[in-house]
Amino acid sequence: MRKLVFSIGLIFLALVPPAHAFEVENHISVGPADARRVLRVISTGDAEFFEPTLRDFLRDLPDVRIEYTVASSGEMMKALDEEGVDMDLAISIATDLQTKLVNDGEAQRYSSPTTERLPAWARWREHLFAFTQEPAAVVLSRKALAGLPLPENRQDLIALIRDNPERFQNKVGTYDIRTSGLGYLYATQDARTSETYWRLSEVMGSVGVRLYCCSSQMIDDVVSGELAMVYNVLGSYAREKSNTDDVIVLLPQDYTVVALRTAFIPRDSKSPELAGLMIDHLISRGWQAAPGAFSVLETDSWSDDTQALRRIRMGPGLLVYLDAFKKIAFLREWSSAVLQ
Amino acid sequence: MNTRILLRGSIRRRLIIQLLTGAALLASLMFLVVQNYARDLAGQSQDEILSASMTAILDSASVRNGDLTVDIPYFAFSMLGNISEDRVFYAITRNGAFLTGYPDLPKPVASSGIAPRFQTARYDGEEIRMATATRRLSVSGTPDFVEVTVAQTRYGLRQQLAGISQTVAGFGIGFFVIAAVFGILAAQSAIQPLRQLAGSVSRRGLSDLRPVSAPVPAEMESLVGALNGFMSRLKTSLSRSEDLIAEAAHRVRTPLTTVRTQAEITLRRVDKPENRQAVREMIRAIDESSRAAGQLLDHAMVSFRSDHLELEDIELTRLAQDAVSRLRPMAELRDIDLEIHVPNTAMTVKGDPILMQSALLNLLDNAIKYSPPDSCVHVVVRLKADEGEITVRDEGAGFPKADMGRLTRRFVRGGNTDAVVGSGLGLTIANEVARAHGGRLFLTNHSDKGGACASLSFPLA
Repeated sequence: MRKLVFSIGLIFLALVPPAHAFEVENHISVGPADARRVLRVISTGDAEFFEPTLRDFLRDLPDVRIEYTVASSGEMMKALDEEGVDMDLAISIATDLQTKLVNDGEAQRYSSPTTERLPAWARWREHLFAFTQEPAAVVLSRKALAGLPLPENRQDLIALIRDNPERFQNKVGTYDIRTSGLGYLYATQDARTSETYWRLSEVMGSVGVRLYCCSSQMIDDVVSGELAMVYNVLGSYAREKSNTDDVIVLLPQDYTVVALRTAFIPRDSKSPELAGLMIDHLISRGWQAAPGAFSVLETDSWSDDTQALRRIRMGPGLLVYLDAFKKIAFLREWSSAVLQ
Repeated sequence: MNTRILLRGSIRRRLIIQLLTGAALLASLMFLVVQNYARDLAGQSQDEILSASMTAILDSASVRNGDLTVDIPYFAFSMLGNISEDRVFYAITRNGAFLTGYPDLPKPVASSGIAPRFQTARYDGEEIRMATATRRLSVSGTPDFVEVTVAQTRYGLRQQLAGISQTVAGFGIGFFVIAAVFGILAAQSAIQPLRQLAGSVSRRGLSDLRPVSAPVPAEMESLVGALNGFMSRLKTSLSRSEDLIAEAAHRVRTPLTTVRTQAEITLRRVDKPENRQAVREMIRAIDESSRAAGQLLDHAMVSFRSDHLELEDIELTRLAQDAVSRLRPMAELRDIDLEIHVPNTAMTVKGDPILMQSALLNLLDNAIKYSPPDSCVHVVVRLKADEGEITVRDEGAGFPKADMGRLTRRFVRGGNTDAVVGSGLGLTIANEVARAHGGRLFLTNHSDKGGACASLSFPLA
């Protein structure tokens, strides 16, 4: 017994990299502890959400263990860009930060028959590969809306809150875009697409909007009835967690921003082959195991109104809002709208 | 006759090589020029879009509330993503101090003007193209210089160039192939008149020495002129030697005949046996040289005429009958019977009458000479498949077996002919005539009765 504990301790020592300066939210190991090969993944995706996919991947590879580290997109950026943490695969929902990392030369090239199958919008420079589409959804509590018309777009949401401020007071949630990379991405893309975003932000600010770090918490709070509405949450999480009749998941019909969950192989990856296989797996079938996600290989049949989908285009345009100057200006404007 | 022709080079090959070399040079030149042009153009379009992006950022720089702000427009970078998947870097400085972007981007070349500057540099291990411009703004009354640099890697450019290169290479190869085909055709058609001339000359009959009258290209004027001149000289020279042969035959034969007549007259007058014997020897010698001269001339004639056959329709039966009647007196002199067997049908061949008669006379002459007295010489004319055949058979000793193969050579005589006057040219003449007419001479010995058997066969007309 002592021996076993000792071994586990050793393994732990061997596995856990030297203390990170970046903040790790969660860490799981999938696969045999004595595996010959290790795939180190850093991801923004919740471990519980990803674990089935990882297990699915390992079914064909019995000698592989996956070290899955969860970090926020900002922390992940810090880890890869500034600290040069050794990772084999970087998965993130923050399409802009991923694009910047690739643009700044943090990724290595990868190509396979599977990546060739991707539509042009789902890959960039043969470095960055999208494998799910993540629409920004609005989640509403059916109970809170009782007796009110179901909103279909942002105008409806503005009218709804404006007309019923007492129902929504302190019961509206959205990302704190100062801390959440995805929140910032959704917000900037919203602002780029329509002025309505600012009016909605002001209305939400007027009823004391509550700011969150993560989609799952927001959705949990809607399900529990704590919140009446959350704006710009991950559609996939919403669909997966909202298998109750209490919750409505809305993809606004004026426009729906669609982020891409992407993966790349960091430049200094120790096992790029394994990472490549994982990318192929994520693209081709792995994600089907996860409910609520939309594969990039699917057509847009998952949306009732494909015209409304605003898919974020990977490319240098995404660098604009990541510019320090631009970010400060945008956050200033957002703060003045939301934090009244 | 068939001297080996020394060959050096080929006009057609030389033409083809020159045309192909020209085409290859042109194709390569085209490839280089177009590629260079495409490179310039692609580089120019990258510079233009970098410049547009950089200008958009510069335009967004403004003074608000007494402070400088730079609000990079989204399209400033997204337009760079439209044409290629190149990495994009930028840097914005204010009065030389770094403001935002990539701080370690290479410093742009200094300039006091406002025109955009372009330069190629290396950054993060890659070649980048940079566009930079400076603008002066006034912040609270003091001048502020904002400098914006936008840079891009050059994958897209290289990829575009590779694509263009491939296309242009395809064009170049296509151009070369088409030029090559035309070159080969041109070379073929250039030498076509030469071939036609050669063909028309070699198809001519042996005695056809007329000048070439068909039209030829200007370049061949001197060749055809020379050929015509040569043929006319040859014609003159040939007719001259023909005259000479006729003259020589006449001059040698006539005096010999006179000498022989005189010798015979002398023989009648001489009584002493030893003197008679001497005169007889003399007559024999005269006969021998007369015959030799005649046959030599005949042979010369045959050689000459074989090269310039003058073909006429010849009826073989008539030919045989004429020959037999001409030699009958000589045969009778020796008590030899000449029997001729002819078929009812006429057999016509194309031939030179003088030559054919000469050949037959030689065979008959031989037969009479080598026949024992009181024997018979048979002349048989008959049809054999598509050939007409004249056989002359005697009842003499026949051809010596050992010599059969070489009797038709010049001056070769059989081993059993010592007592008979002869030059060794008779069978040679008959053989050459037969071959000149596409026929053959067969020599056999008659199986049961003995005796030599010589057959001339000619293809029927």
